[in-house]
Amino acid sequence: MELADIINPNNLVYEKPKLLTENTMHYCPGCSHGVVHKLLAEVIEDLDIQEKTIGVSPVGCSVFAYNYIEIDWQEAAHGRAPAVATGIARTNPDKVVFTYQGDGDLASIGTAEILHACNRGENIVVIFINNGIYGMTGGQMAPTTLLGQITATTPNGRDAGRNGYPLKITELIAQLPGTSYVTRQSVHTPATIRRCKKAITKAFQAAMDKKGTSFVEVVSTCNMNWKMTPVKANEWMVENMFPFYKPGDLKDSSKTDPESYTPIKN
Amino acid sequence: MGELRLMKGNEVIAEAAIRCGCDGYFGYPITPQSEVMETLMDREPWNETGMVVLQAESEIASIHMVYGAAASGKKVLTSSSSPGISLMSEGISYLAGAELPCLIVNVQRGGPGLGTIQPSQADYFQSTKGGGHGDYRLIVLAPSSVQEMNDFVELGFQLAFKYRNPALILTDGVIGQMMEKVVLADFIPRATEEEIDQKRGSWVTNGRKPNRQRNIITSLEMDSGRMEQNNLRLQAKYDRMEEEDVLFEELQCEDADYLLVAFGSSSRICQKAVDQAREKGIKVGLLRPITLFPFPKKPIAALAKRVKGILVVEMNAGQMIEDVQLAAGNVLPVMHFGRMGGIIPSPGEVVDALEQKLIGG
Repeated sequence: MELADIINPNNLVYEKPKLLTENTMHYCPGCSHGVVHKLLAEVIEDLDIQEKTIGVSPVGCSVFAYNYIEIDWQEAAHGRAPAVATGIARTNPDKVVFTYQGDGDLASIGTAEILHACNRGENIVVIFINNGIYGMTGGQMAPTTLLGQITATTPNGRDAGRNGYPLKITELIAQLPGTSYVTRQSVHTPATIRRCKKAITKAFQAAMDKKGTSFVEVVSTCNMNWKMTPVKANEWMVENMFPFYKPGDLKDSSKTDPESYTPIKN
Repeated sequence: MGELRLMKGNEVIAEAAIRCGCDGYFGYPITPQSEVMETLMDREPWNETGMVVLQAESEIASIHMVYGAAASGKKVLTSSSSPGISLMSEGISYLAGAELPCLIVNVQRGGPGLGTIQPSQADYFQSTKGGGHGDYRLIVLAPSSVQEMNDFVELGFQLAFKYRNPALILTDGVIGQMMEKVVLADFIPRATEEEIDQKRGSWVTNGRKPNRQRNIITSLEMDSGRMEQNNLRLQAKYDRMEEEDVLFEELQCEDADYLLVAFGSSSRICQKAVDQAREKGIKVGLLRPITLFPFPKKPIAALAKRVKGILVVEMNAGQMIEDVQLAAGNVLPVMHFGRMGGIIPSPGEVVDALEQKLIGG
């Protein structure tokens, strides 16, 4: 059998989503961002909303998300993506707007912006990548860093007395009346990737249906700054992060009383 | 002629925004400018024109909401007062870096810090020299009347869209709170999405249309060579503003021996001071910069060759005087008179300062 017999359109069983660009990703090997980007591209393509979707990528490794998905993008200042998305969504109510934020961005410097956007129930999707560390700046402690976890600014492990406690911001978000769908996912196995794609699809559908804010946390690895192999990082995430950041839906408004929520008025 | 009304400066900003076809206002309460958002909320423009009015959780959020909406091609504004503008400085730098048109209104109060709620002009440096990080400029308009508060809303937007750059109305608590008669502008309809796509489709991020490339709004560039090119492009734009859009007003300068230079509410006081000085036989003229950036360097340089001295009158410790000195050169004395802390100088004080500092008693 020749190579041309194998690499043949008839044998194609999988291809990269059309909305992913040809740009080489700058993410480290083993990083979760690439998988989540792929899922986003697939969901936007599946829902056929590429002509009305605007992505907002704030400071962090994923500020460059705009290089990888073939849609309109706005880069945002550190933590401010939910405010930027509010500005777009309020003045363009027929568009689909999402933010793509890391844990330092969303749960530390942007705490006010995310809480208030979710509390107002902005019709946006929030993709929240939680890897417990600052990736782009070189592995410093994040608000989500676990107790005892070693980072560049907690070289002896995070100490509650010195550094405070890890913040379960998704649990806070789930309590806000403006959020309709709040879930915590991961992308470390084929099964979890499939589940995560369903969650992202549901989140986008909720925003399109004007149900308020939908929020998808993806517990992720940063094997480079965790100083582990990709495989070891996945194991460490399952063993250490999942007990504290438990995967699963935190809120699903389709199962609660829709009368309790007043949608955004434009 | 348009509709004649008696209105507060702050109220007029709100009315002018609705009438000029604004798509959105995002703001946060702070004295002495809260009437802007209060008037908008009372007017309910969402029923009339579809304009969005949103009270944000902070000035930081307000300016980033402006960023998002402006980047989608919309005509949007925010307003605040000095401490709030400091908080917005991050977003203003990003707006300038990403070259987004928008309008910001600063109804100044005295500082530094929490300072006072009384009027001041101490944000001249902040407005004209940056305020936020990086090499950038705002188009800065300084109204001296309630009428100009009205007129400069649409003018600010026109300049902002002409240059793809934020414009700032730098006013203060005097003009924001003062009531005067004003001829309101006629209504301009809000731009439709088709009009936005036609006029601004090359850069707006309102969803990638089949007939164009995807657009990306960003101020980020990791390649130093390309980042320098971005900076050079911005500087060329600021140079063009200095060539094409300097605005100023001269009052009784033709026969003047001495020149007052003042902007905004100080220029109103100086108008009276000119009259009082002339009654005493001192020939004084007034130059009022209307655009603080681009600054009217050429007319000041020209007058500096004809007069014996210049007195710069500002409600601050001496800020615009630096630009006047640079424009005038070392050919004549350029002195400063100012009050701070929310104290508004009287015309008599200005004449006294002129006599003491320039004429020699």
